[in-house]
Amino acid sequence: MKPASGWHPHRYLPHTGAEIEKMLRVAGVASLEDLFAEIPADIRMKRPLELSPALPEGELLAHLQRLADKNAHADRMISFLGAGAYDHEIPSVVWRLAGRAEFVTAYTPYQAEVMQGELQAAYEYQTMLCELTGMEVANASMYDGASALGEAAVMARDLTGRNRVLTSSAVHPHYREVLRTYTRHQGIEVVEVPHRDGVTPVGEIRAAAGPETAAVIVQSPNVFGCIEQSSALAQAAHEAGALLIAAVAEPISMGLLRPPGDYGADIVAGEGQPLGNHLNYGGPYLGMFAARREFVRRMPGRLVGMTTDRDGRRGFVLTIQTREQHIRREKATSNICTNEALNALAAAVYMAALGPTGIRRVAEVNARRAHYAMERLTALPGISRAFAAPVFNEFVVRTPLPPEQLNARLGERGFLGGLALGAWYPELPDGWLVCVTEARTRGQIDAFVEAVKETIAR
Amino acid sequence: MTMPVIFERSVPGRIASAPPAPDVPEAPMETIVGEEHLRETPPALPEVSELDLVRHYTRLSHRNYSVDAGFYPLGSCTMKYNPKVNEDAAGLAGFARLHPNTPAPLAQGALELLWRLEQMLCEISGMDRVTFQPAAGAHGEMTALMMIRAYLEDRGERRTRVIVPDSAHGTNPASAAMCGFEVTTVRSDARGNIDHAALRRAADGSVAALMLTNPNTLGLFEEGVCEVAEIVHNCGALMYLDGANFNAMLGITRPGDQGFDAMHINVHKTFGTPHGGGGPGAGPVAVKRLLEPYMPAPTVEREGDRFLLDGDRPKSIGRVRAFNGNFGIFVRAYAYLLAYGPLLRQVSEAAVLNANYLLALLRPHFDLPYDRRCMHEFVLSGRRQKEQYGIRTLEMAKRLLDYGFHAPTVYFPLSVSEAIMIEPTETESRQTLDEFADAMIRVAGECATDPETVRNAPHSTVVTRLDEVAASRKLNLRWAAGGRRGS
Repeated sequence: MKPASGWHPHRYLPHTGAEIEKMLRVAGVASLEDLFAEIPADIRMKRPLELSPALPEGELLAHLQRLADKNAHADRMISFLGAGAYDHEIPSVVWRLAGRAEFVTAYTPYQAEVMQGELQAAYEYQTMLCELTGMEVANASMYDGASALGEAAVMARDLTGRNRVLTSSAVHPHYREVLRTYTRHQGIEVVEVPHRDGVTPVGEIRAAAGPETAAVIVQSPNVFGCIEQSSALAQAAHEAGALLIAAVAEPISMGLLRPPGDYGADIVAGEGQPLGNHLNYGGPYLGMFAARREFVRRMPGRLVGMTTDRDGRRGFVLTIQTREQHIRREKATSNICTNEALNALAAAVYMAALGPTGIRRVAEVNARRAHYAMERLTALPGISRAFAAPVFNEFVVRTPLPPEQLNARLGERGFLGGLALGAWYPELPDGWLVCVTEARTRGQIDAFVEAVKETIAR
Repeated sequence: MTMPVIFERSVPGRIASAPPAPDVPEAPMETIVGEEHLRETPPALPEVSELDLVRHYTRLSHRNYSVDAGFYPLGSCTMKYNPKVNEDAAGLAGFARLHPNTPAPLAQGALELLWRLEQMLCEISGMDRVTFQPAAGAHGEMTALMMIRAYLEDRGERRTRVIVPDSAHGTNPASAAMCGFEVTTVRSDARGNIDHAALRRAADGSVAALMLTNPNTLGLFEEGVCEVAEIVHNCGALMYLDGANFNAMLGITRPGDQGFDAMHINVHKTFGTPHGGGGPGAGPVAVKRLLEPYMPAPTVEREGDRFLLDGDRPKSIGRVRAFNGNFGIFVRAYAYLLAYGPLLRQVSEAAVLNANYLLALLRPHFDLPYDRRCMHEFVLSGRRQKEQYGIRTLEMAKRLLDYGFHAPTVYFPLSVSEAIMIEPTETESRQTLDEFADAMIRVAGECATDPETVRNAPHSTVVTRLDEVAASRKLNLRWAAGGRRGS
């Protein structure tokens, strides 16, 4: 049998039949089959993989386009859907730069001398995230906001030696689910404090926080879009000797609202998707993680630090890696190995594109348009605000029709309606969480309100 | 030349974006959100024009090593070519602009893609179900161990230990610890396989799982994997595969047929999705039927010609991540698999061929701790160079940068002294392998003829050897406002 018989040239593989034969000879192997001689015969596949035949590029793309066309994406529908993922404008420059192949096809910067671009970009991202959150140190990114929160709870336990975390029920339900998954086997008890009228009751947090409490977890704006009394909640946590973990699902809010560092947060765990990252049906997203300086050696994830080379030139390296799994193994601060470096890069380009005035302006437009939409919607008969607390770019209204039904009818008219909250909060079967970002124009909002009006009148 | 950080480019008043005007009534912000909630000082973000921004990041990109620019022989990290059409596919508006809360009837294309991908992954792995939630390989390890723990507890068993070979990735023990397990380390035998006698001694009723990498981190196939599975199953524990080296066995042998009950798949290593400077990745976990009830919710299901997300899974370990996993990465993986179909087998054939070819070129020049046929990667030792010339493996690695190559993985696995771990992957041509071998052999020669040049390498990079000790002692993790060096 000729060694390269049955070899099919493929566009991603450089090998020709003649080369394969030469290489086999150099390697001292008789055939491709013989390369696998050490694998026991009874576990070798005796049939080809049952996969559909290889597609040429044109057919491949056409197939994917057909699948993509079945989805009601945000260019096809006018979207008022938020709840943890946000449709913001992304300047072209963001992915033209972050999407450069030198960034996209690179690996973790283990050889710092040839990875200064990646490392410097991460250092700059860390800085920008500190600025945005008002915190002192930030890592180079984590998987997403929810898993970052899970890691934050474990870190708080390690820092305080206490085994209970209190979380408001107004924290995004996915975040709380992930929190429970992460803490279940670590001897950490998660206690939920129910929201009252859409916000976290400070008195009940104060009453629940005690000497066992490692951290109080609060999200502001919370899952209902409501802005929390964060300073008072931080104070309540600190009075009990606990840390305040600020969960952030919509970082654009920090362009306008007091950032966690200003209201006393000790750890920030958040979702960075809104900072220049696409919706991507849920991922890849960007876990943001920041903390007070003295906690840095307990932080999970990768850190990039500034240093100098032998000639005294500035340079950047991965640092305090002794916290990490490849050195500390089972005693590491977490098992995190991969991060979301590319998404962090996009977030950095986005933040740099906006600058301090731009991020404020974008945040203001979010708030103004959301408030405009809220006023117009609540002027319709049968629609009222569910909660009185101030909001940023999302709000809950009660609807006269079940929200699922309302959404279905709006869908027929080209609108992606708000989130029906009943699945997450059974006490709010008529709760409809509507999100309005700067990507929704006044014209779109007016058309949406009109469609809602006609739908509920039908 | 020192490259400025973007904060040094900043000039107050510049901006590189044009946020829309509100075009709605402009009440004061204080009345809208409440004065006490307003931010007092703006974040000190850079203030640059769009061209400033473009030049800054373009120049940074030029200071980066990438697969598109050169060969990455980084063992166990598997850095292969990332097909371009996959980026176009993931960028389609129907995927990139799809909101994760979109009701299932309006996201049929995305759900169909995940469902089809699950079928493909099951066929390739020999498993029965796949969860897409984990965002990375290590995240998948953690998820799988939680499922194993939930399965055992459901049977009324509280097992406390996980066995991990000494050559395993550091994520294995770290993941086990996160799931509340104690880690028992088992050594390798003289052939580089897991030591069966040691495994038998360790395997008792307190063991929940064995975490095995196969081919292992020495680049060797576990010859006795079926006996290992028998030992582990006989004590009532489950077999977990660290799928880091799945690239070596596609279409050749299936983990499900080797006795594994669960595995994660490092999508970038196996299916060539780009790794973006350290992420994003994805770590879907494939499991046998017995673990299905414990999968993170929701799962992707098909009912007739409709696809849906099933969140009603009472025995689920819960979510490990918000939303539907790193979907954009799965679009790329799906596109990759469509491009190969049954020819996927050739990926592993070429990967293993390339590794054996390169090993043959290099073996006269370095020590080879385990002299066996390698799979898709192999481990050399720089012991000889260290003993004869006092040159450490790290220094040889740095010298390779001067020859235009990324360095191999060094000092891993920990079980080999002065380890040099090389993985060429299947997408590299014979010419590239020859050039790399030449560079390696020249560096080995320089250890004798010009040790100072090796010791002080690299010489041709934008910075010379960086002071990592100073970086960790005097932490500087952020630029401080006002241009001062921060902390």
